[in-house]
Amino acid sequence: MPTYKAPLDDMRFVLHDVLDVAQLSALPGYEEATPDLIDAILEEAGRFCAEVLQPLNQPGDAAGCTYEQGEVKAPPGFKEAYQQYCAGGWPALTADPKYGGQGMPHLMRSVVEEMMCASNLSFAMYPGLAHGAYHAMHTHGTEELKDKLLPKLVSGQWGGTMCLTEPHAGTDLGIITTKAVPAGDGAYRLTGTKIFISAGEHDLTENIIHLVLAKLPDAPGGTRGISMFMVPKFLPTDEGRPGTRNGVTCGSIEHKMGIKGNATCVLNFDNATGWMVGDANKGMRAMFTMMNGARLGVGLQGLGLGEVAYQNAVAYARERLQGRSLTGAKNPGGPADPIIEHPAVRQGLLRVKALNEGNRAFAYWIGMHIDLEHRHPDPARRAESADLVALMTPVIKAFLTDTGFESTNIALQTFGGHGYVREYGMEQFVRDARIAPIYEGTNAVQAMDLVGRKLPEGMGRLLRRFFHPVSAEVEASRADPALAEFVEPLAKAFERLQQATQGVAMRSMANPDEAGAAAEDYLHLLGYVTLGYMWLRMVKAARARLAAGADDRAAFYEAKVATGRFYFAKVLPQVHALAARIAAGATTVMSVPVDAF
Amino acid sequence: MKIAVCIKRVPDMDVRFKIAASGTAVDEAGLKYDMSDFDGYAAEAALQVNEKGGGGEVTALCLGPDAVQETLRKALSMGIDKAVHLKCDAVPFDGWAIAQALAAQLGGGGYDLILFGRMSIDSSNQSVGPMVAELLGLPCVTAASRLDVSGGTGKAQRELEGASETVEFPLPAVVSIDEGVARPRYPSLKGIMAAKKKPLEVKPAQLGAVTVTVTTMELPPERNAGRIIGEGPDMVPELVRLLQTEAKVL
Ligand SMILES: Cc1cc2nc3c(=O)[nH]c(=O)nc-3n(C[C@H](O)[C@H](O)[C@H](O)COP(=O)(O)OP(=O)(O)OC[C@H]3O[C@@H](n4cnc5c(N)ncnc54)[C@H](O)[C@@H]3O)c2cc1C
Repeated sequence: MPTYKAPLDDMRFVLHDVLDVAQLSALPGYEEATPDLIDAILEEAGRFCAEVLQPLNQPGDAAGCTYEQGEVKAPPGFKEAYQQYCAGGWPALTADPKYGGQGMPHLMRSVVEEMMCASNLSFAMYPGLAHGAYHAMHTHGTEELKDKLLPKLVSGQWGGTMCLTEPHAGTDLGIITTKAVPAGDGAYRLTGTKIFISAGEHDLTENIIHLVLAKLPDAPGGTRGISMFMVPKFLPTDEGRPGTRNGVTCGSIEHKMGIKGNATCVLNFDNATGWMVGDANKGMRAMFTMMNGARLGVGLQGLGLGEVAYQNAVAYARERLQGRSLTGAKNPGGPADPIIEHPAVRQGLLRVKALNEGNRAFAYWIGMHIDLEHRHPDPARRAESADLVALMTPVIKAFLTDTGFESTNIALQTFGGHGYVREYGMEQFVRDARIAPIYEGTNAVQAMDLVGRKLPEGMGRLLRRFFHPVSAEVEASRADPALAEFVEPLAKAFERLQQATQGVAMRSMANPDEAGAAAEDYLHLLGYVTLGYMWLRMVKAARARLAAGADDRAAFYEAKVATGRFYFAKVLPQVHALAARIAAGATTVMSVPVDAF
Repeated sequence: MKIAVCIKRVPDMDVRFKIAASGTAVDEAGLKYDMSDFDGYAAEAALQVNEKGGGGEVTALCLGPDAVQETLRKALSMGIDKAVHLKCDAVPFDGWAIAQALAAQLGGGGYDLILFGRMSIDSSNQSVGPMVAELLGLPCVTAASRLDVSGGTGKAQRELEGASETVEFPLPAVVSIDEGVARPRYPSLKGIMAAKKKPLEVKPAQLGAVTVTVTTMELPPERNAGRIIGEGPDMVPELVRLLQTEAKVL
């Protein structure tokens, strides 16, 4: 049985030493979010995840969800755990106090989300989607809908979904066919089929709020003709209880590679009653509110799984005795040395550690900018943060899920054959992690969003919000020669990124395929440079602590610096290969005729 | 009803301990701390008795350096009403010295019930609870796995080897709690946030003279790693064979 412990030391290090989370409590509405309260919340959330959610992860994978005559049951134990989750008040963490929320900073949610995904991704998705629905309704819903529905979502009594995908329309939502016809009383009637709807039907909550993309009868073609509707499973009564069953039913659930404990549903809408959320034909905008949050959440799924896989792989590598160290026995009393002594095993583990810790700092950094974007009193600072969040949302989604999947895979390899069989649970992490690069917009689509939309926006304004702090950090750090081994590789990688940005921008003006062919490599290049920036900040924070006499935490800070050293020496050089591939352009990709495949 | 629950802050047992340079204590570097397991059950029992009794007040006490305030906050976040920190530089090994400090605080506090964990999971002395009872001249029941209180009388169930017994006692009384009572609740988010605002009083601990001290501490000899030979009933014969031939315990 795999185990999980929330990496509280590292989380606190990032929050307090690197990001100075105390500054959040200076923002209006966040006065209560003091560092000691944040620590207390994280500790208890970590305990809940480790003790309640994690033990259900492997059994949930084995049992899966069950479908019978339109009803879906989550795996055994999920319902009870969900009740505990709600009784603890966790769905309310960052929600608006007006609707029963606790109004904690968004950043807190990122941290708790990481823990939940690490301990049980299938479970975490149920409340995760409900939160997404809450968020979209909160931003775009009418006051009347909000008063009626939000308290239910905040308490966790009702669940939520996002219904975009149709059999013939996945990435290309412009061609969806689900129809919404005005019913005359302000409501609409929806008809159509949605597939792959996560948490579309289940027994955890008494009602489910579906947010559905559909087209009005007179809608223009393409994504400019899409509207968003709120379609409850049961129509709420005036007292806010689930009333008449609405015309939305679950036709079947998918049998799939991973996240087996989360129901992936076919939903049939048959004259189902719904209410419009946001403006007519502006549904994509409303849905993007939900999706942007969800994309960051999916990134955290990659991180969470990378972390839990790492924890188990390290424990195994310390215990598994196999072969002798190349430089002489390290465990002479035993039959063989622990495999963690072998360079190949260490290298893999260090790579995962460096990626996890870098990804964590990256995700929390952006998580904090979401709070600054919404709460900072200075409009200029808000705009700056908004730009940075917009720029990095696709990067977090794609980079954290690609590297998260890679990390679960490396962790599995650490176990050899024992990773491939079920007992140790490592293969489940790989299977579960594999969905994250696909849903919420495939990683290819994230890369196109980055290169095709975010880079050109405001003539590169978004990117400059990132470039400026990086150059400032590099310049400031150069004053200290002891930092050269960290700063110089970052400076070089940063230069590559700047060259690649110019190259892609110029070439794709003449030929859009250039952008398409470079997009994923470019996203990864930006991801590795961002992690380099985070690692430089982490190394500096750790060194400052050591210099101040970190006494009993010294081992932690020393490990931090050593992992940073590994990142700059052994991970970051990947940027040079990526830069070379980007520079090679699209010709070799696009000149091959389709028939040649 | 007024209930006091005495809790101890102990290292998380889920680590590989090292002995400190002094040779008489564990090396504290990198250790994490939490409320001692049985004290968690005692806190839960206190809350349940209080809830069933329809209101009253539960106070948590903890003796030790400033860091124990974190453990007290944890108790407050579970729903305990107020906390008292009996401050001293270090927690002595001598339970008698500790019991005197606790009794000095508890005596005259008007408590109907004073709860302890059955033992602290770090020093396992099982002594402080009964010593406090003795000092305060109160009836004492140890290792209760069930606890009910009504109308000035307490009833506790105790697990014996292969049997259980139920004992009755008048209040006020001291009871040490075993793990049979309901599992300690998880603090709710509201509870955690409320805990920050609950009263936490700091007082100097009036420790008694320390007469018992640790002279040496050593780790048990290394054991060979365990081995999983398989799963399910089919593996039983092989397990029995190995227990007979290799481990030679059958
Ligand atoms: C387990 C699971 C849960 C899901 N949950 C939900 C949910 O809750 N709600 C929901 O609405 N959907 C959900 N989905 C659907 C998911 O979001 C889609 O599968 C995804 O967006 C891709 O769509 P598709 O499967 O139709 O693939 P396609 O769009 O057909 O894509 C196929 C391939 O072509 C590539 N591609 C397509 N278009 C482009 C392009 N323009 N540029 C570059 N590459 C392109 C893609 O990257 C992909 O590699 C879920 C899917 C799964 C498997």
